[in-house]
Amino acid sequence: MSEEEKKDYAESPINLEYHYTAGSATTRFLNQVKEGKIVGQSCPKCSAVYVPPRGSCPRCGVATNIEVPLTDKGCIESFTIVHIPIPGNPIVPPYVCAMIRLDGANISFLHLIQGIDVEEIRIGMRIQAVWKPKDEWTHSLENIKWFTPIDEPDVDVATLRFQES
Amino acid sequence: MKKVAIVGYAQHPILENAGALNEVELIMPVVHQLFDELGISQNNIDFTCSGSCDYLQGAAFAFVEGLSAIQTNPPIKESHVEMDAAWAMYESMLKIQMGDADTALIYGFGKSSPGRLDSIISLQMDPYYISPLWPDRVSLAAIQARVLLEKNIIAPEQMISAVIEARTNSKNNKNALVTELVDKEAYLASEKISSPLNEFDCPPISDGSSAMIIASEEKANEFTDHPIIIEGIDHRIESSNIGSRDLSKPSGILASIEQLKLEKIKFDVAELHTQFSHEVPYLQSVLNLSDVPTNLSGGPLVGNVMMCAGLDAIGKTYEALKSNDLTNGLAHASSGPCLQHNMLVHLEKKS
Repeated sequence: MSEEEKKDYAESPINLEYHYTAGSATTRFLNQVKEGKIVGQSCPKCSAVYVPPRGSCPRCGVATNIEVPLTDKGCIESFTIVHIPIPGNPIVPPYVCAMIRLDGANISFLHLIQGIDVEEIRIGMRIQAVWKPKDEWTHSLENIKWFTPIDEPDVDVATLRFQES
Repeated sequence: MKKVAIVGYAQHPILENAGALNEVELIMPVVHQLFDELGISQNNIDFTCSGSCDYLQGAAFAFVEGLSAIQTNPPIKESHVEMDAAWAMYESMLKIQMGDADTALIYGFGKSSPGRLDSIISLQMDPYYISPLWPDRVSLAAIQARVLLEKNIIAPEQMISAVIEARTNSKNNKNALVTELVDKEAYLASEKISSPLNEFDCPPISDGSSAMIIASEEKANEFTDHPIIIEGIDHRIESSNIGSRDLSKPSGILASIEQLKLEKIKFDVAELHTQFSHEVPYLQSVLNLSDVPTNLSGGPLVGNVMMCAGLDAIGKTYEALKSNDLTNGLAHASSGPCLQHNMLVHLEKKS
């Protein structure tokens, strides 16, 4: 823009920095993830198991203070095939993002599915975590590279719906 | 008009830095404490309303996450104000007066430690002309302090007294953050942050939460023989354009005083949402509180949880009336720069 050109606007960028804290419950969870263990937390009232735990059972409004060790196996509760490349994302489309329901958990979390043609992926498919090498483990679920199908019969996801105890 | 009473109030210990505790983990204890004290649960609550500011957490819709602290199954009627929870109480009160609810749970929460409060608060200003200048909260308050001092509406000695008294009164509040006493010498030796304000004139960076339960008068009688009624409540807003305000003329508060007919009431106790020392003598004079014990809890100068401190003023007034042989209390909540918003709440204990 030349100096003579009239500028009828002003830019005022806003940058705010925060020291984000996960919360004491999620901190316990992430400390276990660092060791390659997935430990959910259970509600003392309704017994729902949360992974990853955020500190409370949002159904009952109480702290999830019971630790529940889980395996890294589960099933695909839902999924989507991503065809659009995201700038900076090293994964080449098409790839699959899935809601992973670990065995024994009552909520699912988002992760990648690899090791299978995307057209073959289906809801209810049994999967297991593929971990990064141990020396790369941090306080993050990214310690799991992705989930990959295992040779077990599919699960009817309708049976996973939370049952009031 | 249906009368509404406060039946319970709980405050989290005010922390300088709650560290790993997230907002949900701060809210749950105060809500459970209230429920336990009253022997009720979320199932007995008709309406739930919270006050918080997403900018404090640095995440859009962060207030929704706060709901994870509340039992939401079966589904609840719920609302939120992006303001101090004192305004969540106001909304809840209206809900009860309209006949939509008989009981309401109010909670406020805020962690000031994760971000830079000075920057965050400047974003509440007019986004075109003022926010881009990033005026910090202390400097804005200092402008008003300067005006009040220069017009001799308050005196520097009154600011010192406000600081010393707040520290002394902090012993009355087990949840206070700042309890260290301060004398005139230490005050005068302190460097100015933004003249005329030094660090003692300013509230501490605070993390915490508070909760309150209110109910229709009828319902309140089930909880207590001496309900504490919200006899009057009035909220006024001054211009958001700080340059067009006379910072020494509290026109909004004066209108509230008239509306609530406060000049006729002999108050026994008052709690003011005075974040800076100069605001204490200023409001005491505007509200004619010279003979009224004010901020016996220490007030925001000894613990100032953003989005809670206004509700805390109401809560502390409620507590003072409840545990003493007192009848009339005045609570004040504020918001915005230089006391832009002011809400006056007249509480009365029924004998």
